[in-house]
Amino acid sequence: MEFTVISLLNGLSYGLLLFMLSSGLTLIFSMMGVLNFAHASFYMMGAYLGFAISKTVGFWPALVLAPLIVGLAGAAVERIGLRAVHKHGHISELLFTFGLSYVMVELVQLIWGRAAVPYPIPAELDGPLFTLYALAFPMYRAFMMLVALLMLLVIWLLLTRTRIGLVIQAALTHPETVEALGHNVPRVFMLVFGGGCALAGLAGVIGGNAFVTEPAMAATVGSIIFVVVVVGGMGSLAGALLASILIGMIQTFAVALDWSVLSALAKVGLSVSPEFPVYRLLSITLAEVAPILPYMLLVLMLIFRPKGLLGTREG
Amino acid sequence: MSLQTISYSPINIGRWLVWLTFVALLILAPLLFSSGGSLSLLSLMGTIMIFALSYNMLLGQSGMLSFGHAVYSGLGAFFAIHAINLSASDSFYIPLSLVPLVGGIAGLTFGILFGYVTTKRSGTTFSMISLGIVELVFACSLMFPGFFGGEGGVSGNRVFGKALMGVSFGPQIQVYYLIAAWLFISTVAMFAISHTPLGRIANAVRDNPERAEFIGYDTQRVRYLMLILSGFFAGISGGLSAINFEIVSAENVSAARSGAVLLFTFIGGIGFFFGPLLGAIIGVLLTVMLSEITKAWLLYLGLFFILMVMYAPGGLASIIMMNFRLMANRLFIPLLPSMLKVTSAGLLVFFSVVMLIEMTYHLSLESAQGTTIQLFGAQIDTAQSSGWLIAAVAFIVGVAVFLRSRTSFMDAWDEANAEIERRIAGSGR
Repeated sequence: MEFTVISLLNGLSYGLLLFMLSSGLTLIFSMMGVLNFAHASFYMMGAYLGFAISKTVGFWPALVLAPLIVGLAGAAVERIGLRAVHKHGHISELLFTFGLSYVMVELVQLIWGRAAVPYPIPAELDGPLFTLYALAFPMYRAFMMLVALLMLLVIWLLLTRTRIGLVIQAALTHPETVEALGHNVPRVFMLVFGGGCALAGLAGVIGGNAFVTEPAMAATVGSIIFVVVVVGGMGSLAGALLASILIGMIQTFAVALDWSVLSALAKVGLSVSPEFPVYRLLSITLAEVAPILPYMLLVLMLIFRPKGLLGTREG
Repeated sequence: MSLQTISYSPINIGRWLVWLTFVALLILAPLLFSSGGSLSLLSLMGTIMIFALSYNMLLGQSGMLSFGHAVYSGLGAFFAIHAINLSASDSFYIPLSLVPLVGGIAGLTFGILFGYVTTKRSGTTFSMISLGIVELVFACSLMFPGFFGGEGGVSGNRVFGKALMGVSFGPQIQVYYLIAAWLFISTVAMFAISHTPLGRIANAVRDNPERAEFIGYDTQRVRYLMLILSGFFAGISGGLSAINFEIVSAENVSAARSGAVLLFTFIGGIGFFFGPLLGAIIGVLLTVMLSEITKAWLLYLGLFFILMVMYAPGGLASIIMMNFRLMANRLFIPLLPSMLKVTSAGLLVFFSVVMLIEMTYHLSLESAQGTTIQLFGAQIDTAQSSGWLIAAVAFIVGVAVFLRSRTSFMDAWDEANAEIERRIAGSGR
């Protein structure tokens, strides 16, 4: 019981972190048709900036400053790079961000070295929030959830209750009409790209010290958020939220369970000898397959529901 | 009265000449570059060339940007190394020269399997799914150490059975000629495929999928078939690399390997059939030689790639062909002064950026070994400001001159190319 509750909370906090990343990716994708391959690199940049700033002025200023800098960097990338390759089509834009992901990883290594950096959890958030029997739930995880939920609220308010939000929503579906009405759509694009990157940066600041801040962190999370976006349905924010939490849960629960086909068979009274041809396949535990579960989900989703959980378009 | 048709097809001398030159180069290359190191470099290039050509069947010919092409070459390599080991232990026999075919069939089979899922979608979604597949296979490869050999990989010995006419495939030179032979066969086959109706309709699917559907083709099926064929050739290249290195590890099916072939192919040029060949040569040279000179080689490769995407989306092949076209039309000489100006400004920027990057790298990663570095034959002390100042001034001057001269060069370049277009249009009338 206590295992279920704690895993549920852990899965939820990880899923919400994934959503902070995938929401920006989805917004950028549905608006500009650009798949930002370097999105996870901005997450990494946020973590490293959070580390550097919190070392000099503390964690709380870093929580504000680092996402701002990442957002500005994202806006600059859009203005200088993406806008120039836009005329060559979506494949070129994707290739540009692909190259950018290489460069960003190398730049981070250039500045902070190849090893992981010691990015600590702030002292006031260190420690358990509550203890259930013997299992503790860390306070920092709760803080991550709080930040993610606040962010969710702010995005929702921004998109539905403000003027710029309405322009963004209109530009998602009818950019030409919005432009004809006198709005500067390229600037809206730049804003959305920068904003999406800032969200990734914020996720980096709070995720970097919860997990590990290292040059490989972008690659680890990068392919997972792609899975989230495809499973949720390309361009659907609600779908991205659903898929993020689903994948967060799957990954958290799977690593803790050592169930296998073998143990399931043993439960119903069947035992398999090690000489059985597919014994190795049957003895693989759920914890062992945990890394491939998101990708299995992706493949199954594409076979049975190609438009994703809440997606509206196919192809 | 019978109707007679007269058909006349001239021998395409230019094409024969190109292919004969290709054969001659393949035969002569080990004689021209005869040192031990360059022979293994040439062998590596040969396998990467097949890999890049097969990748371009997707990206260049069918418009499918895959982030997971190493799946097919890597799985092909695993099956090939197991075929070698089984042959060596006499439980199964296949001559070594045909082992790449085992890899090819494995690549084809997995193309049928994975392609069914990935080619359901096109464009950006296809790219994301291909990345998911490569991560899936990579994670699986660590899960089944029995077949994939775990972290250490699977190793083998390519020398087995009796030597046929003195060819045992022990010495590197014999392996090189085996690779060269397979490279030639694969190149001819892939070139031929690009001229079949399937290859042509793949181009149509790339350029305008909607119209291809209107004239009655199932675009998904076309993508699927191209992916299967491309998987076959990728598998052949994997089989050859298994023979060449005698070891295959999980790294062969990784996203990093897939990203590398994308970089190489694009840098070479995806618009021309020979582009990937060029890209493989440059890519291998950059990877092997640059990584010996500097630790920041991936940064340079990434920056080079970004510049290509932004300013030369046709790759090196298109730059070469555009300049040839100018020369053929006698418009090259007038362009030369402004081209030289731009290039020299670009070189100045390049050297200053290299200097800045190397000095920063030295400070952050190697500062324990003293503060001076060797760069372009000069000693530079990274602790003193003079080096930084020179680099910064060179950078600013270079960028300023580049931006100024670029506009006039681009105007002249566009004008010259427009002139050629006019001439082509004029002669066609």
